[in-house]
Amino acid sequence: MSASIAPDPVRRQQVAAALRAALPERVVLSDPEDTRPYECDGLAAYRQLPMVVCLPESEQQILAILTICRELQVPIVPRGAGTGLSGGALPIHDGVVISTARLNRIVRMEPHSRTAVVQPGVRNLAISEAAAIHGLYYAPDPSSQIACTIGGNVAENSGGVHCLKYGLTVHNVLRVRVATIEGEIIELGSEALDAPGLDLLAVFIGSEGMLGIVTEVTVKLVPKPAAARVIMASFGDVVTGGNAVASVIAAGIIPAGLEMMDRTSVRMVEPFVKAGYDIDAAAILLCEADGTVHEVEEEIARMTQVLESAGASAIAVSQSDAERMRFWSGRKNAFPAAGRISPDYYCMDGTIPRKRLAEVLTGIELMETEYGLRCANVFHAGDGNLHPLIMFDANQPGEFERAEAFGAAILALCVEVGGAITGEHGVGKEKIDSMCVQFTRAELDAFFAVKRAFDVPFLLNPDKAIPTLNRCAEFGKMKVSGGVLPFAGLPRF
Amino acid sequence: MQHIEAIRQQILDAARLQRPLRIRGGGSKDWYGGALAGDILDTRQLTGIIDYEPTELVITARSGTPLAEIEAALAEKNQMLAFEPPHFGQGATLGGVIGAGLAGPRRAASGGVRDFVLGAVLMDGRGEVLSFGGQVMKNVAGYDVTRLLTGAMGSLGVTLQHSVKVLPRPVCEVTVRCAMSEIETIAKLNQWGGQPLPLSASCWHEGSLTLRLSGAGAAVDAALRVFGGDLLDAPAADAFWAALREQQHDFFTRPGHLWRLSVPSVTGALILDGEQLIEWGGAQRWLKVAGPVDAARASAIRATVKAAGGHATLFRKADGEGLDVAVFEPLAPAIARIHDRLKQAFDPATIFNPGRLF
Repeated sequence: MSASIAPDPVRRQQVAAALRAALPERVVLSDPEDTRPYECDGLAAYRQLPMVVCLPESEQQILAILTICRELQVPIVPRGAGTGLSGGALPIHDGVVISTARLNRIVRMEPHSRTAVVQPGVRNLAISEAAAIHGLYYAPDPSSQIACTIGGNVAENSGGVHCLKYGLTVHNVLRVRVATIEGEIIELGSEALDAPGLDLLAVFIGSEGMLGIVTEVTVKLVPKPAAARVIMASFGDVVTGGNAVASVIAAGIIPAGLEMMDRTSVRMVEPFVKAGYDIDAAAILLCEADGTVHEVEEEIARMTQVLESAGASAIAVSQSDAERMRFWSGRKNAFPAAGRISPDYYCMDGTIPRKRLAEVLTGIELMETEYGLRCANVFHAGDGNLHPLIMFDANQPGEFERAEAFGAAILALCVEVGGAITGEHGVGKEKIDSMCVQFTRAELDAFFAVKRAFDVPFLLNPDKAIPTLNRCAEFGKMKVSGGVLPFAGLPRF
Repeated sequence: MQHIEAIRQQILDAARLQRPLRIRGGGSKDWYGGALAGDILDTRQLTGIIDYEPTELVITARSGTPLAEIEAALAEKNQMLAFEPPHFGQGATLGGVIGAGLAGPRRAASGGVRDFVLGAVLMDGRGEVLSFGGQVMKNVAGYDVTRLLTGAMGSLGVTLQHSVKVLPRPVCEVTVRCAMSEIETIAKLNQWGGQPLPLSASCWHEGSLTLRLSGAGAAVDAALRVFGGDLLDAPAADAFWAALREQQHDFFTRPGHLWRLSVPSVTGALILDGEQLIEWGGAQRWLKVAGPVDAARASAIRATVKAAGGHATLFRKADGEGLDVAVFEPLAPAIARIHDRLKQAFDPATIFNPGRLF
C-alpha cells in the first residue's frame, strides 16, 4: 500500500485562498474532512489525501481553476465518478482534484442525427436511459456503467462486453470540448465524421486526464436492437474453449458479446447468482446475438452449429429476456462474487491475441502456486481482453505485495505473447512500472512529447501512466529474466 | 532490414542537410493534399504481409505492400478492410492508405480508417524506430499515436508497418436505386440511420438515390421491403460502387475542381455554386465547381460549410489549373500550436512532407 503524504498546510492555504477568490465558496474544498472522500478511486489500495478539491459547475469555472493552478504551478488530477481501476484519479499530495460531479447535464439529445451532447459528469448509463425513448442507446457498456461518467470513459477509452461489435469509446465519440492548461477551450473532432488536421480526438481519448479537462462530449447513438439472445456453452478444457472462440470468428460471425469464464470464476459466481453454470466445466462461453428477430434467429443457429462442431459439451440458448439476463448475471457479477469469497481481490486487465489464451491461463495457473494465491479469470473472448481476479487478504502480512507481484507477472506474460498491459482500465498509477516492460525508452519519450504538445507546464495528472527514465531504471533493477518478478517484498514507488 | 537501414540513412542525411523528404509508395495520391516538395523517400521496398490471422481479425504488413495484394489475401478468406479504401491508381500501398486516411462508400456504416488501425511502427525524424499499438483492438497503454498517424499524410514520419483490423465480408449484399429529391434523400438517410437497417453505403446524384444493403440474408430481405426501388444486378452494383469509390463515376470525371465537404449528416441541402453528389448518409458531400476558384470563392464555400458544422477540402484541382487556395481547412490557432509541437517532437528537422497536411 502506498503511504499517503500529508498536504503542506501553508501551500494548501495559499492555493485554496487563490481559488476561493475566483470561485463560489461551494466549489472549493480544503478541509480534510471534506476532501477525504476523494482520496482514492476504484483502486482503493492506493490512497492520497488531496490538498484541495474543486467541484466546478461550468466550463468558465474550470478555466478559472486551470488558470490559477497554472500560475501557482499546482498539479491537477481530474476525477469523474472515481470508479477507475488503475488509480488514474489518485490525488497528488500538493495538487488539486477537479471533480466533474456537478457537470452532470445532458445538454442536447438529437435523435435525428443520432447524437447527444452531454457534460463530462453524466453517467454512461444515463445517456442510454435518456436515449431509450428514441429507440437509441450509447453502445460502450463498461461493467461500471451505472456509475461511471462519460468524461471518465473518454479518459480511459472504455470498452465493455459489447465493444467487439460496437467499438470502444473512440469509435462512439464524435467531438470533445476540452479546457487546456493554457486556459483555452479547444474542440477536437466534429459533428461531421472527421475534422481537419491530425486526429487529435483519437489521441485525446484514452489519455487518462493528462492532456486536458473535458467540458463537453458529443456521443454517437445507435439504434437499439429489436431482439437479443445469448448462448451459454460449456467446454471440458480451456484449449477447446479458446478454439471455439476462434471458430466463431472464422465462421464470419461477429457476436454482440463473446465472454469466457474459467472454472474458478464459474465456481465463484454460481452459488451467488444461480445462473445455471456447469461448475465442472473448464470454461463457459457466453455468446450473444442481437439485431432483428430474424437476424438473431439466423445468427444463433449459426453460432450453435459452430460451437457444437468445436466440441462444446453442453449448449443452452436463452428463451426469454429474463433468461438472457440470468445467463449474463454470473459474468456481470464476477467481481462482487470474488468479494464474497475473499476479503480482497485485485482485478487485472491485460490483452492478448486470442490464440494464446490457453497458454496464458496455464501460465496463470502456475503462478497461483508460485504466489500462493487463487486467481479467477473472466475474458472478453471476442477481443482478447483478460481480467484475472487475484484473491488475497490484505490483513495477512505480505499478501498484498504478493498479489501485486502476481499481477505484474501476468502483465509481463501478456506482453510476452504479443499483447498489451491494459485493454481498457488504463495505466494510471497502477501499471506505470509495466509500461517499462511494454515500451522502449524512445517510445516513452515520444509519449512525453505528445503530452508536452498539449500540456507544456506538465501539470495535468503528471504522475500517471508514462514512467520517467529514473523510474524505469529502478524498476529494471528488480526484474529477472523471463519477465517474472521476484517473489514478495517488492518496495512500491 | 537493409531497406530500413537505407531509409534511416536517408532520413539522417536529410535532417543534417535540412532537405525535405517526400514519402512515397505508389504515388497514387500524389495529387492529394498540399504541394509536393523534397527528394523521394521510396517505401516500395518495404513490402510483404508479415502476419495474417483471420480468426484474430488482424493483418500485419509492411507499409510498401500493395493494397491489391492485401485485399486479395483478405478476399481469399472472405474478409475485407471494412473502410473500403479507394486505390486512386495502380500501386497504392498500405502505408499510403493509412497515411492519407481516405475511406470509401462503407465508411459511414462501418467506420473510418483510424477505427481499424491497431498498430504502427514508425521511423521518426531521428531515424528512431518506434512501435505503437500492437495487434490487439483493446490496448490503452500509452497515447494513441497509432491513430494520430492515420491521415497524417506522412507529416510525423515514415511508417514501416501496420496492423489493421479486418472484418468478415457480409453474407449478403444487394443494391437498389430509386428516384428521390436531394431534400427527401437527406431526411430519409437520417431517418433510416436511426433504425436497425443493414445500410452499408448510399449515393445521391441528380435526383437518383442508390443504396447498398449488406448483412444477414434475413435482414437484407426485410430491408428491401422498406426501401423498395429497383434492384441492380450484382455486376452492375459492383461496378457502380467501385466507380464511386475510385471516383471514375461521371460526376468526378467531368471538368471542374472537386471539393470534399465533410458535414453533419443532417445538414440540409447546401446552397453552393456547382454540382453535388452526396454519400455517407449525408455526411460526405462532393462539390464540382466549374470555372476559376480564387481565394474569395473558396472562402465562401468554407463559410457555408463551417456554418453547417463541417469543413471543406479542395480535394482535387482541375487539370492544369494553379490555385492559390489552401487545400485543407485552416486550423484554429490553439489546434495549430498543438500540431506544431507534435511536428517538432517527431520531426525536429521538419523534413517529412512539409506542407502536405499542415
